Amino acid sequence: MAEVQVPVKSESSVFSFGKTERRLITDPISDNNPITVQVLGVCSALAVTTLVSKALVMGIAVMLVTAFSNYFTSLLREYIPKSVRMIVQLVIIAFLVTVVELILKAVNYPIWKELSVFIGLIITNCILMGRLEAYAMANKPWKSFLDGIGNGLGYGVILVIIAVIRELAGKGSLMDYKIIGPTSEYALNTMEISWLSWYAPNNLAILSPAAMFIIAIIIWVQRSRNPKLVDIS
Amino acid sequence: MFSTSYIIKFTLVMTIIVALVLSLLVSGLKGVHTENESVYNKKGILSAVSQQLGKDINSMGNKEVQELFSTSIDQKVINLKGEVISPEDIKAKTGASEPVDIDWGKEIKKPENERLLPVFTYKSKDNKEYNILYVRGKGLWDEIWGYIAFESDWNTIAGQAFDHKGETPGLGAEIKDNKAWYGQFTGRKIYNPEGEFKSVSVVKGGVKIPDHQVDGISGATITANGVDEMMKRGLKYYESYIQKNKKS
Repeated sequence: MAEVQVPVKSESSVFSFGKTERRLITDPISDNNPITVQVLGVCSALAVTTLVSKALVMGIAVMLVTAFSNYFTSLLREYIPKSVRMIVQLVIIAFLVTVVELILKAVNYPIWKELSVFIGLIITNCILMGRLEAYAMANKPWKSFLDGIGNGLGYGVILVIIAVIRELAGKGSLMDYKIIGPTSEYALNTMEISWLSWYAPNNLAILSPAAMFIIAIIIWVQRSRNPKLVDIS
Repeated sequence: MFSTSYIIKFTLVMTIIVALVLSLLVSGLKGVHTENESVYNKKGILSAVSQQLGKDINSMGNKEVQELFSTSIDQKVINLKGEVISPEDIKAKTGASEPVDIDWGKEIKKPENERLLPVFTYKSKDNKEYNILYVRGKGLWDEIWGYIAFESDWNTIAGQAFDHKGETPGLGAEIKDNKAWYGQFTGRKIYNPEGEFKSVSVVKGGVKIPDHQVDGISGATITANGVDEMMKRGLKYYESYIQKNKKS
């Protein structure tokens, strides 16, 4: 019952957006990134980063699910029996993922078809359970919501960075806009521009191992440049 | 601590709410989903004759695709003996009212005497007829399929559109994305001058018989082999229908 009374007492501060709230969003993007620092949710980062459009949709889907599952779990946190809390959290996640999938199927069928099984697999993404257990079960709904947005963004940003590198190097295109390649369909036609004649698309960038190298390089760069992270490992 | 009865009630109420909301959403969006799927299939069929259409199918809206399909494509369903199936029989056998909405992936797995095949006929503005046949096989990761359009001689390929469930982008997925590759099929022939069925095979390291071969994709040998096998087997199913129509 305490849950109901709290918002009434401090109505003005329920949806406030101060320094702590800003940190909830910016922290997971850099210093506490779920992929590069916590190394969670890497499996999907390997699978859906071949095209920027896919990575973008996947990032948005994960962000929506983390934000709302955090929010709902936090709303219910006083009422969830501890002995079944994992099951309750999973039901919430599975519910939201199904909703996202149904909506995506209605809004953009071809992208849904391409992402196929990976939207459903958001359910098993470790970031979600991690945030629910570590944050939403112990914090107020609004803060949990922001924490979810932040972590989803942190995941999405890394995904898009990897996808940009892979799509550009492997296919010579970005968001299906053809940039560099050997036919006249591309903006930079390597057959005609002589100083680009050395260029060939790197098929390795399209294969899953490339995502591993790129994630590893991002982690390396981030850790060596950010003094806060140097001592962790 | 919560009592056991509270825990049971809590999980029960939660599951019921979730199930209710989801089932409402599914039934609410069902119309949109089926329309999207139908448009997706129709786009696939139409892209086999995209050269003859002279329009970019992917930039068309749902309505435009539906209209174009219903005005220019004639649909038929046949069996392996080459007999045309009546609309009532189609409905009874597959439950779909339009051939384009039949789950052809399922159909192709049925035993040969029960299997049905689609024939889509596109009539162009200058009154030429193109027959579009359907083939399906296996790529590296999952299923691949294609619509092959033929000139009125039932021999020369006039256009083609391949699609796949989960081939690797940049490698196997080139069968759908790379026009320079799939465009090779246009103009190839599936019968030799003696009338023998030869199909169009995908070969490595250079085409030797230009009429019946296309070059493979480097880095995607298994997908290319899948296309090769799918063309050989899939078009063979149509043999008796093709023979019947060729004579007349």
